[in-house]
Amino acid sequence: MTVELLPDLVLCVLLLVVAWSALFASTRRDAMALFVAFGMIVALVWARLGAPDLALAEAAIGAGLTGVLLLRAARKLPVSSARRFDYRRHLGALTFIVVAVSGFAVSIILPSPADITANNIDSPVAAAMSDSGVSHQVTAVLLNFRAWDTFLELLVLLFAITGLRQLFPIEKESLEPARTWQLLVSWTRTLVPLLLLVGGYLLWRGSSGPGGAFQAGALLAAGCVMLRITGMLPPLHWSSFAVRGSVCAGTLLFLCTAVLTHSLGAGWLDYPEAHAGTLILMIETLATLSIAIILTLLVAGERKDLCS
Amino acid sequence: MTPGTLVDILSWTLMAAGMCFYLTGALGLLRFSDFYCRLHAVTKTDTLGLGFLALGLAIASGSLHTACYIFLIYLIAMASAAVNGQLLARYKLEQEQSKDDS
Repeated sequence: MTVELLPDLVLCVLLLVVAWSALFASTRRDAMALFVAFGMIVALVWARLGAPDLALAEAAIGAGLTGVLLLRAARKLPVSSARRFDYRRHLGALTFIVVAVSGFAVSIILPSPADITANNIDSPVAAAMSDSGVSHQVTAVLLNFRAWDTFLELLVLLFAITGLRQLFPIEKESLEPARTWQLLVSWTRTLVPLLLLVGGYLLWRGSSGPGGAFQAGALLAAGCVMLRITGMLPPLHWSSFAVRGSVCAGTLLFLCTAVLTHSLGAGWLDYPEAHAGTLILMIETLATLSIAIILTLLVAGERKDLCS
Repeated sequence: MTPGTLVDILSWTLMAAGMCFYLTGALGLLRFSDFYCRLHAVTKTDTLGLGFLALGLAIASGSLHTACYIFLIYLIAMASAAVNGQLLARYKLEQEQSKDDS
């Protein structure tokens, strides 16, 4: 028992309490606010676990962009009435927590056959690092050894935006007047260049340290959403080639790389060692662009963005 | 008393002072009656508390490089707290005014 454990325990308890309150909040608005708080605490937990990549992504996407998305949705929904206290729902959750926690406790107390902590996973990755083209292990796994997974993640985003476009024709044009305060406009003017700078840094940094396409894309998207909400960015018309091109760019480059490495090289997404670094940087750059534009459209997209 | 312990005492005192501000801010948020008072309590004390905390951490870090990082982070946090407080207050005010008009 060390002092180091104290903040971790506080975080664990806080995580459980906030998760519980978000699930069983009496109004929808409270639940949304608590969900955003939950995202922030999860980001802190990842940071404490030594995973800054995940902490950044969670803070930017889980807490930031999802929060904006929820609040925007809340404005269009009718005000929800307070929910009746239903103890059976609490009972089910309580049973689940007790079972899960006791299972976890048993797995800690009993001697486990294999240690599941990072050391075991580290060694094969560390051994293969020299021919990955990058020096950061997380990036090497995401964009080289398991590039297939990252490709599928980009496809998921592409499907999400396609799905969203299908939903829009039935929605009426929102007629709310654009009302922006001068303060918000000047704050956006200060913040967006900073976000651009940090996003670019994270993208570049990804090859040697925590960072990468998803984190950089999320930050850029945050900047775009701010610009879009304050009306400084005109609608991103879907019909424009630039928007459609940027949405597809990451996936297309990934696909081309996969086909080329298959037909000319060693196999699907098995990069030639000499060009691995350049390829990863190119894929990450275009993926960042795609992620930024897709997230912007998902969060701040209106009818005139997506259906014209 | 060595310079090391002096630095420790100074940084811990500053961080404790920061904590006190956070505590009063939380107390204000819980106990004050109306929206503006609560907002006032949270934004002011958090900014000041974070300032003390950042100063304490910068002294404890013992390197100018880290101290500069902490200072930049503090600048952004301070600005965003001030702007967010203003925006929330304005939104609430406009809502109340439009309710009065109708």
